[in-house]
Amino acid sequence: MRESGSSIGARAQPKRAMWPWHLLLLSAVLGAWYALTRSGLLPSFFFGEPLVVAQRIAGWFITGKIFPHLGVTLLETVLAFAIGTALGLAVGLWLALSPFASRLLNPYITAINSMPRVILAPIFAVWFGLGIASKVMLGVTLVFFIVFFSVYNGVREVSPVVLSNARMLGAGRRQLLRHVYLPSATAWVFSSLHASVGMAFVGAIVGEYLGSSRGVGYLILQAEGVFDIDTVLAGIAVLTACALILDRVVSIAERRLLRWRPGSSAEHY
Amino acid sequence: MSSVGAATAALEFMHVSCCFPDRAKRGQSYAAVRQASLTVGDGEFVALVGPTGCGKSTLLNVAAGLLAPTEGEIRAFGSALAGINRDAGYLFQPDSLFPWRSALENVAAGLEFRGARRSDAHERAQGWLARVGLEAHAAKYPHELSGGMRKRVALAQIWILQPRLLLMDEPFSALDVQTRQLMENELLSLWADNRASVLFVTHDLEEAIALADRVVVLAAGPESHPIAEFTVDLPRPRDVAEIGLQPRFIDLHRQVWQTLKTEVLSVYARERI
Repeated sequence: MRESGSSIGARAQPKRAMWPWHLLLLSAVLGAWYALTRSGLLPSFFFGEPLVVAQRIAGWFITGKIFPHLGVTLLETVLAFAIGTALGLAVGLWLALSPFASRLLNPYITAINSMPRVILAPIFAVWFGLGIASKVMLGVTLVFFIVFFSVYNGVREVSPVVLSNARMLGAGRRQLLRHVYLPSATAWVFSSLHASVGMAFVGAIVGEYLGSSRGVGYLILQAEGVFDIDTVLAGIAVLTACALILDRVVSIAERRLLRWRPGSSAEHY
Repeated sequence: MSSVGAATAALEFMHVSCCFPDRAKRGQSYAAVRQASLTVGDGEFVALVGPTGCGKSTLLNVAAGLLAPTEGEIRAFGSALAGINRDAGYLFQPDSLFPWRSALENVAAGLEFRGARRSDAHERAQGWLARVGLEAHAAKYPHELSGGMRKRVALAQIWILQPRLLLMDEPFSALDVQTRQLMENELLSLWADNRASVLFVTHDLEEAIALADRVVVLAAGPESHPIAEFTVDLPRPRDVAEIGLQPRFIDLHRQVWQTLKTEVLSVYARERI
């Protein structure tokens, strides 16, 4: 999917490394930010100052103050991601293979999916308290549907020829599930993983933001309370870096596990 | 030839009809196959030819047990068939390999499904890959193999189970002419070793005559059924690339084509309306 953007003519040439240009753009934006706030064209009270933000981040990591918060946020994210993916995979497989259950639950699934589920956060806070459970639950509801729909559609698009072939080779019901439906669904799960990692992260942060005593979202909320915009921006920067790292991990896992897929070996940029 | 298979025919279609719901007219059904009777003797290579859309694949799916006939009965090696035909290997027209398994794992799949240990299955699969000339490509995934290689993996995948009956649905129609002749020769040499019974569906008359002991012509669909059969008395072993030059081949070709032409023209005439 990703490569479809580049034209054939562009691919014929050897690709030049883009990272110097990426770096240049970043420095330009940071430089402009620095110049504008320093010169007073932009009030630093509202827009922060890049050097102070950098100091704040460095301070967090040097004193180690950030680690318990970051640890909690990442734990919530990983748990939400793992539980949501497992549930989505299981329910997706079940509904795709059982037409009656699928037809029974179809309207409810559509309804729950179209509901803005972030609004469940206060309810989860009431049900599961202010600890990590309520954040994980919020993340799970967000991740679940992404994975569920891709598995559900993926299973129904399993090639009928491959399915017939497996049956002719002697596969029973369980073997079809394990050797045909599951690998086929896994490919679809991976195509949704990038989106669902992001969603797990959103669940954790929004949950923390609405009520918690730990986590990066909590740090940001505290800083906002005293109009400390530099700390807010520092928190956002740390979260963005974490999200990028998680996305990278998913890409690496994807490339390892989906080696069989056409074009997967060329899929990185 | 038909007398050979009388007692223990590999496959007997007895007045088989297959009806499907008509997509164009709701609530109605049309019969792809009507009152089809056909026997494949033990060890016999039967080719089924007919114009497009004449229900050739339907008959194969019935023989495989993937499709239950609406009427009539199907017997495999003397007993009525219910569910998947466990004696049959099925070579499909489109790609049927598991894309997430390497060539080796694909060939081993059938043994694993039938309860063999993974290591044993892989060991035997390696041997079968070598027989189709792909031992160097064992670790490759289907998308990394050419069309001809994929067909050879598919052949090995089926042959490793030593099926007593082979069902083939235009297996080589997507290949280029040279690869196709190589594959046909490969098929004949594999077949010469174990002499399974074969039901081979094709729309290519030359392929049918070159490979088979007997060519059965199906009427144009719907309500298709066998209308004629011809015994191919060409000597074996045959070389597919050269057999077409023999006078007897040309003679047979003319005979079968006389029958087939009428059916093909009737389909053509119907489609022009």
